[in-house]
Amino acid sequence: MGERCAVIGVGQTKHAAKREDVSIAGLVREAAERALEDAELSWADIDAVVIGKAPDMFEGVMMPELYLAPALGAVGKPMVRVHTAGSVGGSTAIVAAHLVTSGLHRRVLTVAFEKQSDSDAMWALSVPQPFSAPLLAGAGGYFAPIIRAYMRRSGAPDHIGILVAVKDRKQALKNPYAHLHMEDISFETVRDSIMLWDPIRYLETCPSSDGAAAMVLADETAAAASPRPPAWVHGMAMRSEPTMFAGRDQVNPKAGRDCAADVYAQAGITDPRGEIDVAEVYVPFSWYEPMWLENLGFAPEGEGWKLTDSGATALDGGDIPWNCSGGVLSSNPIGASGMLRFLEVAMQVRGQAGEHQVDGVRRALGHAYGGGSQFFSMWVLGDDKP
Amino acid sequence: MSGQAPEPVAVLETPIHVDYSFTAGLAQSRFLKGLAEGRFLGQRCPRCKKVYVPPRGSCPTDGVPTTDEVELGNTGTVTTYCVVNVPFQGQAIEIPYICAQILLDGANLAFMGLIQEVPADQVRMGMRVEAVWVAPDELGPTMSSVKYFRPNGEPDADYETFAEYL
Repeated sequence: MGERCAVIGVGQTKHAAKREDVSIAGLVREAAERALEDAELSWADIDAVVIGKAPDMFEGVMMPELYLAPALGAVGKPMVRVHTAGSVGGSTAIVAAHLVTSGLHRRVLTVAFEKQSDSDAMWALSVPQPFSAPLLAGAGGYFAPIIRAYMRRSGAPDHIGILVAVKDRKQALKNPYAHLHMEDISFETVRDSIMLWDPIRYLETCPSSDGAAAMVLADETAAAASPRPPAWVHGMAMRSEPTMFAGRDQVNPKAGRDCAADVYAQAGITDPRGEIDVAEVYVPFSWYEPMWLENLGFAPEGEGWKLTDSGATALDGGDIPWNCSGGVLSSNPIGASGMLRFLEVAMQVRGQAGEHQVDGVRRALGHAYGGGSQFFSMWVLGDDKP
Repeated sequence: MSGQAPEPVAVLETPIHVDYSFTAGLAQSRFLKGLAEGRFLGQRCPRCKKVYVPPRGSCPTDGVPTTDEVELGNTGTVTTYCVVNVPFQGQAIEIPYICAQILLDGANLAFMGLIQEVPADQVRMGMRVEAVWVAPDELGPTMSSVKYFRPNGEPDADYETFAEYL
């Protein structure tokens, strides 16, 4: 991997349906300032900025990184924009980390955002094309048939998706930054919510959020000077595959399996469930928890739902808690959603997750995916130098 | 005047309209011209022999041009589907509707299609369907030439026959 790299500062906004008090520039600056504050650094200490967001078509601001440079203290510094659809928050952190591991820069600020209240993602993801029927109905319409295929293939009972939806919303109550704080969430309220894209219920989907996430990544020297414990990068990888090819396994995509295998090999992990203490995994529809449990090697193929059913993935009493922050199901500023997964595991490793902290976290997995399940990015962080 | 200051303007909606000239390329042009004649035209990879419809001109797996044209029939199998029940801006079809992945007989990749003439709760994975085309004088180089797919009355396909297309 070259030079060592660590997270020495994290910052995120309070995620909400509408952040009318800030523009996009104000939103990203809020997260970035918090990351600098956490690292006890100033704008002048940053060597380069790496920024990511989902498609520009969402907010209709083309190449927003250009206008955001002043808000992020990036004028006169190298600035890179990353775009890998929904996985972009993760990929952005990885590109930033590469600037450190390559020895190019000492301290890199990485930021990701989405201001969904300024946008219409449902419309932007449903643009008619002449060679396909005008049936696309946002991300839910794309993923629902794949979820149905998983249910058929694994024989998972209908209640599994409901369990995940309840678990992640309950965990979000312990995260002050989460968008959704549903005090009265219950199995019944999820079960009785409307089928938006049958088999996906309304409460089994992520919300639409405004939010941003930011981290300061540092090399070994800068990390040693950091006031708080660094979270070291033990492995990081990205993979992609075409959305459409004959024989593609859409339920359990090869790119995801390959990406996990690469990141585990770098981190020396052979038994993910046994060796990883906590994971933040991109689950925008509740059924993606059991699907990714299999794709990421936490359970054999067809048995991820049994892990969910047993309570193994719950913060309260589970041996491999997933999405203690409430996950994408509780906050979904799309471009930032992947970085929030990467950032939340840094918080867990550094012991700063507050009420949703898992005791004694030594190694943690952050994961993001995007597009038609064709982009994957993951990292494993540890409390010790790799 | 109420004496109260008006709410500050925070968000302004400014609808815009953009027209695109779409250049389909050789393979998709063949496919679209096929639709204008009420036919599904696909292409076969000379190496892996997989049939793509709509064709994109090259095989994503082998990276070679797919030069062999294949005409497919009007029937296929629903591999999986969802029932869309969410309204959104620009929606072309009344909700709820069935959005299915349809694997045409002889094809190796499913595409998205609308299922009608059957109640939503009776659609099944493996259901056999046929394309219903618009009237001959309404055919054009667009997927809208296919009105929808409907059950063709054949027994459901075995899960094993389409499991690898999920």
